[in-house]
Amino acid sequence: MHTHAEAQAPITDPCTNAEASAETHTAILDLVLGAGASFSRVCRRGSALTLVDLEGGANLCALLYRAEDPLERYCMPDTLKAQHVSRLSAGVALYSDMGRVLASIVADSCGWHDTISGHSTPALLAQRWGTRSYQQARNDWRRSARELLLVELAKHGLGPRDLVANINFFTKVAISPEGDFTYTPGHSPAGSSVTLRFELDTLLVLAATPHPLDPQPQFSPRPVGITLEPSAPAGEDDPVRCACPENERGFAASEQTLR
Amino acid sequence: MSERAAAVDVELGAGDGWTYELPAGALLRIVDLHGNQAVDTLFFDAHDYANRYSAVDTLREQGSAYLGLGSQLLALDGEPLVSIVADTCGRHDTLGGACSQESNVVRYGEHTRDMHACRNTFLAQALAWGRGLDKRDLSANVNFFMNVPLTPEGGLHFADGISAPGRYVELSAERDTLVLISNCPQLNNPCNGYDPTPVRLLVWDAP
Repeated sequence: MHTHAEAQAPITDPCTNAEASAETHTAILDLVLGAGASFSRVCRRGSALTLVDLEGGANLCALLYRAEDPLERYCMPDTLKAQHVSRLSAGVALYSDMGRVLASIVADSCGWHDTISGHSTPALLAQRWGTRSYQQARNDWRRSARELLLVELAKHGLGPRDLVANINFFTKVAISPEGDFTYTPGHSPAGSSVTLRFELDTLLVLAATPHPLDPQPQFSPRPVGITLEPSAPAGEDDPVRCACPENERGFAASEQTLR
Repeated sequence: MSERAAAVDVELGAGDGWTYELPAGALLRIVDLHGNQAVDTLFFDAHDYANRYSAVDTLREQGSAYLGLGSQLLALDGEPLVSIVADTCGRHDTLGGACSQESNVVRYGEHTRDMHACRNTFLAQALAWGRGLDKRDLSANVNFFMNVPLTPEGGLHFADGISAPGRYVELSAERDTLVLISNCPQLNNPCNGYDPTPVRLLVWDAP
């Protein structure tokens, strides 16, 4: 961000535009989540997170918990049935199991993010790609999404009982008319991005590790760019809020907690 | 199986709950007595409740979105808790989740807040069972006899049931498994034909 701000300096009049420039360009957080690594933090209401598949072919496992009370968490079934969808994309709200919207997908270049096919376990990783220990590979050792997620959850006092169906950003598992699943290779080209706006303070847990159905013969985790920036809350005419009457009620339930 | 030889033979009223520890090798039959009755069901490893049924692992490993004959219902450890060994209905949902007061408000409006809901039944059953079982343990469930078709375009719909009076499903316990059932009280969508009805539960011990 320093570089970016300095590059903007010559065309910014510090007397008139300093505040606007800070609002527009200052990221709260700007980092690259390494291939095969994990991350967690509380993202506040009033901020938006953009995830970028930097090299293409990434899979980013995600779980969300209400920061104020992590017993309330992202609920795949409630999210799907409230909006009559089986995949996530722009315009979709991410619901908690208590009828509130935790976050909204406000921008998305992929059109489809999976949330019905889970994540890798140590057994699945060993079976698909083989193990690689820290002693063998130092920080290129292979950890499954399950191991990564549990370690991140433990940092916040959460554990295996808090593991629920996760989101797989940048992954599409297509569904046939008969209900058969097919992993879609090449779904996310380099530069693909998705932006989440937080409607409540939310603990976000991420693991950038391959989807268990990824057919690549080599274990190929990919890095993901993460930028958290200030964002105005959803207005009365917000497209996610107005997408369906269910979302209007879900947003109202979130906002009711702020009073 | 002779119904007279069953170790358990109970009729579970509409909207009621049931908790039972199914020993490895035992068989549980759930009979949809009047047709179109969603039976919301949770499964746990009886010796480690954190190792519970995982819908997404189950669907990914079987490669399809619906449960039916031959489906192995996997726990978080990737191994089966129960298998579907008989099924005269043909398709069962595991993505629609269980109804709750809060999801009813989202889906149908404020006037449904006080209606009876499955997750309240599950909580009451968990509290009565004790042994530390609580809200954190209430996650993915199966909706036996419920029809929630997905579309290739990414849609999901609650459709009229494909079950009928007398249709049943049989589950074989692959290990000691705790089963929680909520015989769904939902009145706002077609999952119960807008009229919740009783189901019959039979258990046969391992042969």
